[in-house]
Amino acid sequence: MSKILERLYNGIIKENPTFVLILGMCPTLAVTTSAINGLGMGLTTMAVLVLSNMLISMLRKIIPDGVRIPAFIVVIASFVTVVELLLEAYLPTLYDALGLYIPLIVVNCIILGRAEAYASKNNVILSIFDGFGMGFGFTFALTLIGTIRELIGSGSVFGFKVLPAAYEPVTIFILAPGAFFVLAFLIAIMNKINLVKGKPAGKGGNCDNLCKECSNLTCSGRLIKEDK
Amino acid sequence: MSDMMNVSANPHIRSKDSTTKIMLLVIIALLPATGFGIYNFGLNAAILVCTSVATCVLTEFLYEKLMKLPLTIGDLSAVVTGLLLGLNLPPAAPFWLAIIGGVFAILVVKMLFGGIGQNFMNPALGARCFLVISFTARMTTFTYDGVTTATPLAMLKAGEDVNTWNMVVGTIPGTIGETSVIAILAGAVFLILFDVIDMRIPFTYLLTFVLFIGLFGPNGWDPWYLTAQLAGGGLMLGAFFMATDYATSPMTHLGKIIYGVILGILTGIFRVFSSSAEGVSYAIIISNLLVPLIERFTIPKCFGKGGENR
Repeated sequence: MSKILERLYNGIIKENPTFVLILGMCPTLAVTTSAINGLGMGLTTMAVLVLSNMLISMLRKIIPDGVRIPAFIVVIASFVTVVELLLEAYLPTLYDALGLYIPLIVVNCIILGRAEAYASKNNVILSIFDGFGMGFGFTFALTLIGTIRELIGSGSVFGFKVLPAAYEPVTIFILAPGAFFVLAFLIAIMNKINLVKGKPAGKGGNCDNLCKECSNLTCSGRLIKEDK
Repeated sequence: MSDMMNVSANPHIRSKDSTTKIMLLVIIALLPATGFGIYNFGLNAAILVCTSVATCVLTEFLYEKLMKLPLTIGDLSAVVTGLLLGLNLPPAAPFWLAIIGGVFAILVVKMLFGGIGQNFMNPALGARCFLVISFTARMTTFTYDGVTTATPLAMLKAGEDVNTWNMVVGTIPGTIGETSVIAILAGAVFLILFDVIDMRIPFTYLLTFVLFIGLFGPNGWDPWYLTAQLAGGGLMLGAFFMATDYATSPMTHLGKIIYGVILGILTGIFRVFSSSAEGVSYAIIISNLLVPLIERFTIPKCFGKGGENR
């Protein structure tokens, strides 16, 4: 149980695919023009991620090492096609809004990365929860970016007007540059929080020779070498 | 002991120029254009310019206080940015547009990239483009004498006749500081005489632009059309005051000429082939992005390096 929770925590906070691993930037920047699009994209990716993690973990002893990447891609592409057809049938508005970016989930680095780094080495249950954790992290990040962009760029959240009519939307935020602004600010805030939480690295040997746990990126073990 | 015996490390020859002095000279050079803009457009223009300058200085001050950085507002670079941004706003814009622009220019374009000398594009123009994309209607509506009219450049684009003399004097609609060629040129001559800006950038810029318009423009080499294109829009202000920004223009002589040519060609392309009449600000910020590349290819070789056999 604790391992399952650890997977979820890992995906949502510690190794958040968008803010920490900086993976899957194409959908992150392109479809987050509104909160609902971000949420839709995140959930779609999560569905594919969970299913592909599950199947790849099941097949991990059958797939030969030499052809594992093509095999992963085939599995992922099958699930993406299934999800794409389901979206087209049951959520046509979301399907139209996400457009080309649904088939592009096939080449999303998060999915292949989790298959390669986790699902192909761990059992099915843990792989499924790894998929859920990463998927929640991705969905959370995309919804957050989408909400901020929609709020500033069109004065609404999830399609509801929340700012008074006198507010003039800053259109650039729902255009491409706005995605970069919002993502950059969110990553900066995340890094700031993580640095504060980490051990303060003072001058001299304050790291106590524990450079692995030291959060100060500028030091990165150099002090230890100098001491020796 | 005589001075001859005094040994010190190089450099031995130092310029007395400081950032503050250069920025002060730029501000003085901008005063004619600012004054004419306020005379031409009235009280709201003065409010916009003052708001923009105050916002830029205040943003830099607050950011450096919050981040516990050394204060650099004394070097007046924020004042220059604010002044240039103010001159780039349409005279009927509301004051909060200047505040948003000023915060964006200093916070995002300048300070987040490391402050003065580290910015990769001109902060004032970065903010102008931010505002144009965000508030297109407000930034492209020009009011003159209380009437909303098209700028001469837009009229040229539409194939109408314009009064070229008015464009040179500046009694035309446009942004606050760009209208009067005479006032801008007075400032430019002042800057060139005091050796603040290098003539290579503005002159190659304007020359390439004229050649481009002559070759590809709708009216060929018609001198009145060429003069109107030169005098219209932000070309003069951009060429002399914004393309020559030290941090975002090349250092090498050859690089400056290449930079000017790129600017001229881009401005020509935007004005002739794009749907909008004006393209100076986009041309300058795109060229700003190319500056590191230009410098990489035009950097002089060290003495003794790069011989024929190497």
